[in-house]
Amino acid sequence: MIDEPTRGLDEGALRALVPRVLAGLVRRGEDFDAAEDALQEALLEALRVWPEHPPRDPRAWLATVATRRLVDARRSEVARYRREEAAYAQPRPPVTEEGDDTLLLLFCCCHPDLAPASQVTLTLRAVGGLTTREIADAFYVPEATMAQRISRAKRTLRGRRLDQPGDLAVVLRVLYLVYTAGHAGRVDLAGEAIRLARQLTLATEEPEARGLLALMLLNHARLPARLDPAGRIVTLDRQDRGRWDTREIAEGVRVLQSALAVARPGRYQVEAAIAALHDDAACAEETDWPQILAWYDDLVALTDDPVHQDPAAVLGRAVAVGHVLGAAAGLRETDRLREVLGDRHRWHAVRGHLHELAGDLPAAGAAYADAARRATNVAERDHLVRQAARARAAEAPAGA
Amino acid sequence: MPKYLLLKHYRGGPQPYRPFPPMDQWAPEDVEAHMAFLRHVGELLKKNGEYVDGQALTPTRTWVRYGGPDAAPVTTDGPLPETSDLVAGWYMIDVDSYERAVELAAYVSSEPGPGGEPLYEWIDVREVMSGAPSQD
Repeated sequence: MIDEPTRGLDEGALRALVPRVLAGLVRRGEDFDAAEDALQEALLEALRVWPEHPPRDPRAWLATVATRRLVDARRSEVARYRREEAAYAQPRPPVTEEGDDTLLLLFCCCHPDLAPASQVTLTLRAVGGLTTREIADAFYVPEATMAQRISRAKRTLRGRRLDQPGDLAVVLRVLYLVYTAGHAGRVDLAGEAIRLARQLTLATEEPEARGLLALMLLNHARLPARLDPAGRIVTLDRQDRGRWDTREIAEGVRVLQSALAVARPGRYQVEAAIAALHDDAACAEETDWPQILAWYDDLVALTDDPVHQDPAAVLGRAVAVGHVLGAAAGLRETDRLREVLGDRHRWHAVRGHLHELAGDLPAAGAAYADAARRATNVAERDHLVRQAARARAAEAPAGA
Repeated sequence: MPKYLLLKHYRGGPQPYRPFPPMDQWAPEDVEAHMAFLRHVGELLKKNGEYVDGQALTPTRTWVRYGGPDAAPVTTDGPLPETSDLVAGWYMIDVDSYERAVELAAYVSSEPGPGGEPLYEWIDVREVMSGAPSQD
């Protein structure tokens, strides 16, 4: 057997230390930007050194090496700008005394002045403890590009007050973005998002944080059945439910129940409830569509003008309407969205599904083909082409 | 080693050797065979050490030009948006020779179509200019 160099190194445990060490440095008065850079260097060194020489106290090791890097960086700057020396000697006021490390850093990384892509990358590095290379791999961009994006994001934050509680809604959105970015490259971003959301639920009582964690768990549980061995998409109604992760479903349901018990509903809790109902059905025919429709009614009621503010919810509801009140009623619901979503592949795919439900295969084939032309993802495009071909073949028996 | 782009087109190029309908009108098993072949091409190129990149493009195109100072960019979907040449995607390969690039392009073009017959699709082979100055 080959002895792998990283054997014995628990990368997950190492990365979990990153936000704690970083928050410690920031609390001590270090600049977020410089501290984050120094810690990234310490992390790279840990990945190199620890497999051979595991430290006795990993957290202290990281803090010490990062501090040394900060001192080095400062010295070289001091050499260049001697007159700034006094400024460095003055300790800055601690950023915050109380509160959880993770929350503090998530608020920094999800600062409203940053663009969503920057919020995502900064969160993955500063809170997730990923290296720049890993983040670059996950988003299929060159490492230099990702490094540049990170340093630009941090430049934006320079001079901003980072001691104020931030907007939790933004943090939740960023974590959901990380989740939906999927799992390209070596890093499982969905798993990473779940880990971050779990940390967040330890730091805040807000039920929507738990709703988000539940939603991720309940969707992630179906992941093993979502693609076949050839990488083809398998739709929910055809999935092998025996391959769903029952442990994740159980945890998701538990987390959701504790959130709903607070009686402050929000969109993530409602979406998690819908996911839970799908997970609960032993087969597609047993899906409790009337209950799902009731939750969709709650979801669209969260906004004043759902067609424009939350068209995805209206589209999801149209599917439920189709299953409860009939395909024609579902199609009528999608008509309201034509102006807003008529150019999106998902709108056409849902109509294909509803036409199929109604037994109108020519219309279903045409709608799936329209959806395929608008898809922006190869796996989804291929899936929609297959759906179109399948519907058309069923309409014209073989040999015709 | 020279790099080449093997470009696939939604439309444009020489007269099709054998016209074929859009894939969503093929028999489902022919669609499967076609997609499996393209997956196999990607894997083969990787196994050979000839693969650099492979991407697919959506069929939506926007032509854009500078609008002038203080003006918004000018956009159009082009002259003859229904018939003009439109790239669908590519393989970028790093191979020993032009001959090898042609051989691989012909192999891609043998992809199965309706009834399992080869598509004979025209593949556009373009050499990528090297960034490094010549050593000789």
